Amino acid sequence: MNTKDIALKPPMQPLRPDINPFAGVDFPELEKSLRRPRTLVGLLLSSLVSAMTLLALVPLFSVLLMLLWRGGQRLSLAIFTQLPPAPLEQGGGFGNAILGTLIMVAFAALISIPLGILSAVYLAQARPESPLAGAVRFGAKILTGFPSILAGVFAYGVLVLAFGGYSAIAGGVALSILMLPTIILTAEDSIRMVPAKMREASIGMGATPTQTTWMVLLPTAMPGILTGIMLAVARAAGETAPLLFTALFSNYWIFGGGFDLNQPTASLAVLIYNFASMPFENQVDLAWVAALVLVLLVLITNLIGQAFSRRQIQD
Amino acid sequence: MAKAIHPEKSSNCRNDNANGPAKACRNDGVVIDCKIDELYYSTFKAVRDTSIPVSKNKITAFIGPSGCGKSTVLRCLNRMNDLVRGFRFKGHVHFLGKDIYHPSVDATAVRRFIGMVFQQPNPFAMSIYNNVAFGLRLNSYRGPVAERVEDALKRAALWDEVKDKLHKSGLSLSGGQQQRLCIARAIATEPEVLLMDEPCSALDPIATRKIEELMVELKTRYTIAIVTHNLQQAQRVADNTAFLYVDTSGGGRCGYLVEFGESKQVFSEPREQYTKDYISGQFS
Repeated sequence: MNTKDIALKPPMQPLRPDINPFAGVDFPELEKSLRRPRTLVGLLLSSLVSAMTLLALVPLFSVLLMLLWRGGQRLSLAIFTQLPPAPLEQGGGFGNAILGTLIMVAFAALISIPLGILSAVYLAQARPESPLAGAVRFGAKILTGFPSILAGVFAYGVLVLAFGGYSAIAGGVALSILMLPTIILTAEDSIRMVPAKMREASIGMGATPTQTTWMVLLPTAMPGILTGIMLAVARAAGETAPLLFTALFSNYWIFGGGFDLNQPTASLAVLIYNFASMPFENQVDLAWVAALVLVLLVLITNLIGQAFSRRQIQD
Repeated sequence: MAKAIHPEKSSNCRNDNANGPAKACRNDGVVIDCKIDELYYSTFKAVRDTSIPVSKNKITAFIGPSGCGKSTVLRCLNRMNDLVRGFRFKGHVHFLGKDIYHPSVDATAVRRFIGMVFQQPNPFAMSIYNNVAFGLRLNSYRGPVAERVEDALKRAALWDEVKDKLHKSGLSLSGGQQQRLCIARAIATEPEVLLMDEPCSALDPIATRKIEELMVELKTRYTIAIVTHNLQQAQRVADNTAFLYVDTSGGGRCGYLVEFGESKQVFSEPREQYTKDYISGQFS
């Protein structure tokens, strides 16, 4: 028997040549057919998944389109430079609200980013299994689902009542309470996701735990940490309830009488809340523009964060 | 040869205290003298009765079946086992006559003199240049960093392949290149000893051959201890070989040193039956 014969024969010689090993196999079975239940079920489920995905996109895109359509019409430079109009007044803008949102979110970030990252280092690296770490992790998880209005009430009770007035500081503190758990938990996860072998390599080089954390763990985890920060910033920028109790609103620039964080401060979210329910067309239009600007602000923050984290990875 | 089996021969090291003169050991040619009577991970006894001298400018190979504690012993030599919870051992590890497990000794300082290359290539998620410069930065090195990086990459036989992309990520390299990058990173700080824990097990034969050639070159400057599963590799590169085996008699799996000697002797005329069986089993 030469090699050619072997190649043409079935790979295994049947034990009994009189029995055809392929007797039970029906080769047409291999063709695709909708009459077979599993093919049909597969097709149905695939279509269902596609349909659901499209359906999930409907609210997202309708909101965006609505914002662009209603808000885009009034979008102009005046929006950014002018103050909110009085009732029945035409024109106007909300530059003070944009500035107020930026200042309060920045203030909140200034509190929650260092606090969050350093706690995450403790949770993920320094004492991951200590009772304190367990308590902090538990607290942070509860705090992620914390109703935002309670953060406002808390800051109201602690800061507004104690210092006798609504202020950007109280607003920033209320927002930082909402940002903190997101930052802690995502940063802890990102630090934990750094491959153990990198940590080992660093320790093997003779790095102290501090050097390992600063030179290896945090830089490697940075894209994830930044994503968490962006999520937190986006959430804080859109919050209304906590600011109603703490920063209230203002029709004037925050630097009107000298730059002072300790005074009622306007924010986009509260402006939208106030103006959308007013019976004046001008105010309602401005609320739409403010919503568009808020979405764009969050979008820009996200894009910057993504660009930044991408550069971190490449380096 | 067979220093571990004759304790009196290296006793001049052992009796010197942490502050004693290290000279005797240097003359002896033993850079690391380790003697592990019992080693535990929590209640699990992993290694017993193992003492291996690592000689200067020689390659010392640790061979033996899986689970015999080769890596465990190697990781004792620069206190990497400190990271494992429940690790404790009876015995000593002397580095140039100094007991590295003495309470006054800083483990991180030990690791700067005794570098390590791991089984899986583990470059950091940073540029090739920064990977190699890492050790220099750790020690706040004030000299010409770029020169040291180039020098280390050249000695790791990687320079020609990466000189045009020093600022690309170390993770973008192939497995063999990554491992040579890790070697460059380890030697950039001029350690005394290089510990290699199965450095070629994740690499293909060509990359393995390159690393082996590199090890033979590096031993003129450093002292190398290597764990390997590959007996031919031990035979090719190692000057001395320690054969460890697993003792399952007590119900557990406890590794111990069966035989230590010059590689030529261990592979051609092993003294112990276990060694003979293990080596011939691999070749038949």
